[in-house]
Amino acid sequence: MSATAVREIEFRDALREAMSEEMRRDPKVFLLGEEVAEYDGAYKVSKGMLAEFGPRRIIDTPISENGFAGLGIGAAMMGLRPIVEFMSWSFSLVAADQILNNAPKMLYMSGGQFGCPIVFRGNDGAGGQLGSTHSWCVESLYANVPGLKMAIPSNPYDAKGLLKTAIRDADPVFFLESERMLSMKGEVPEEEYLIPFGQAAIRRTGEDCTIVSFGRPVHFAMEAAETLAAEDGIECEVIDGRTIRPLDLDTIVASVRKTNRCVVVDQSWSFASVGSEVAAQISEHCFDDLDNHVHRVHADDVPAPYASNLEQEMLPNPRKIRSAVLSACYRA
Amino acid sequence: MTKTIPTISSTSIRSHGGARASRSLPAGVPPDTIVKWFRDMLLIREFEVRTMQAYQEKKIGGFCHVYIGQEAVAVGCTAAIRPDDPMITAYRDHGHALARGMSSRHCMAEMFGKIGGCAKGKGGSMHMFDRANNLFGGHGIVGAQTAVGTGLAFATKYEDEVINGGRSDRVTLCFLGDGALNQGVLHEAMNLAGLFDLPVIFVVENNGYSMGTAIERGTTMAHDLSVKAAAYGFDAIEVDGMDLIAVYEDMKAFCDSCRAASRPGFVDMKTYRYKGHSMSDPRKYRTREEEEHFESGDPIGKLRDVLLSAGVLDEAAVAAMQKEVRAEVKDALQWSEESPAPGIDELYHDVYVERWGPYTGTSLPEMLREEKR
Repeated sequence: MSATAVREIEFRDALREAMSEEMRRDPKVFLLGEEVAEYDGAYKVSKGMLAEFGPRRIIDTPISENGFAGLGIGAAMMGLRPIVEFMSWSFSLVAADQILNNAPKMLYMSGGQFGCPIVFRGNDGAGGQLGSTHSWCVESLYANVPGLKMAIPSNPYDAKGLLKTAIRDADPVFFLESERMLSMKGEVPEEEYLIPFGQAAIRRTGEDCTIVSFGRPVHFAMEAAETLAAEDGIECEVIDGRTIRPLDLDTIVASVRKTNRCVVVDQSWSFASVGSEVAAQISEHCFDDLDNHVHRVHADDVPAPYASNLEQEMLPNPRKIRSAVLSACYRA
Repeated sequence: MTKTIPTISSTSIRSHGGARASRSLPAGVPPDTIVKWFRDMLLIREFEVRTMQAYQEKKIGGFCHVYIGQEAVAVGCTAAIRPDDPMITAYRDHGHALARGMSSRHCMAEMFGKIGGCAKGKGGSMHMFDRANNLFGGHGIVGAQTAVGTGLAFATKYEDEVINGGRSDRVTLCFLGDGALNQGVLHEAMNLAGLFDLPVIFVVENNGYSMGTAIERGTTMAHDLSVKAAAYGFDAIEVDGMDLIAVYEDMKAFCDSCRAASRPGFVDMKTYRYKGHSMSDPRKYRTREEEEHFESGDPIGKLRDVLLSAGVLDEAAVAAMQKEVRAEVKDALQWSEESPAPGIDELYHDVYVERWGPYTGTSLPEMLREEKR
């Protein structure tokens, strides 16, 4: 290993580093949620933070999502910088009134008097045979609401850089992690960095078809792209959106104008979704550039099943993505 | 086997009103201060009467809930706390805004949907916000403000103790209606407040009705709401909300003790709204006799009598004050009429603090810019 080699850490460590660095920098930042303190985090994201920052800043809550989400919102209106952890975004549904009615609208309905600089974060998407109520992909539900921002990192480097940006942001940020990625390792430099919102990353360049995705399915897109290159002679350009609000449409449009074909991969259901929005925007901006309609890969339009084979079939996967690309390229 | 459920007569639940005498003037409060409270109540009453007229003239739209009958609550509670103590309430909020110090111009213009409104006409009747006076809204969803209010108290304590290394020194007044007693969020908020020792006082403006549902038809233990607080481990008091001096004295003592202990509190504030729930309510669910009973114990009349008999004011001074208040509200109406509608460019303003895409950032309303000058 050379001296300049970048260290590798887990996704969960990257999240923790982002929170800890921001808490050291700004005493207004604190972490609130179920099992974040004494238990060291239900998924060990906040491991060791209680020891460093103490119980006044790393705060265990009872199972009262609506209550503690609202508490965070009140604290944010006073100028504090709360990080509210949902053990799973699935549980945020019981806090819908607070996170959708209050956080994103406070600035507007107070005529610019009270902002809401708060981060809601936690696991989004299928965790692995958790059944219908615990497998929510909330991005399509919540991205519909103006006033909030939404980030959805796909790797440890982005997780840290985007979370630091989220904590410093003056507006409410919904930060979507994935239980299935928490142990994923990736290169994260020691020195401080931030990743601005609204800047997609091109994970792979290609001339034949653009694949746009967000969060965990970016990895399925990459796997499909390698297979397509090796077996089908199709070179895909894979775009990782990183944030859904703001959406980096410029990067997407530039790529589609080059490849003339596009597949959007979104792990939520297809009807009125992030995927349908991205497809609509591509159609608006690239109508004359497209050789085929925008293809979409989503979770199947059914509640999340428990059985492993059914769950695997329901979620976006490399096979489905490969087949969509082949169809978009008239090779199906 | 059937269980016998004790029946509580609605008269005992609503036994607080009527033509009983006010408490005498509180010791240690300068007469001028009490006169100011009296004027604040007169102003709110006049403001709300004109609000109803303006609503009927279609100058005010949407939902509109007036405060007539409950004036002593907002005025007495505001008097019992300090200006730096946060306050938050639900949608019957004009009285709180005026009591806290918002000018009647900015309050009325908000309902007129004009740029001069406290929220630039973007909030409306249910969303009175005033940062300079520590009023954190004006909230539309029943009970939702109780969790936010708990967060305000969390923040004052965090600032005082964690950031500044001192002692918690502020209390938050979080108002709710009796209808909010049955929202889950209140119980989550009260549990959090009790658990975290937060200095938030939940003031139930118990006017006996959640919209058209009498409290005993929707709330268990309606005859003794203190049990709700006991369940979460904090103290409760019952206050005669139709008597300003009672509100001030009882709330002052209670707020002082919650402040000193940095603990939550719960207040069953017995009051009565003379008008309907909103502007479209024919009040068929209650009797005219009941309404007359409460109107005979009007909080403004009661305080006037005390001030007159104590020689603090005479009839001429009261009449002059009424005239002054009428002129102030007339001016507010005129000012609101003349204030421009928000420009269409306001549509994409105040959505995000940061400018991006179609969003043009944020700025303070005229009300706060004036106060800054």
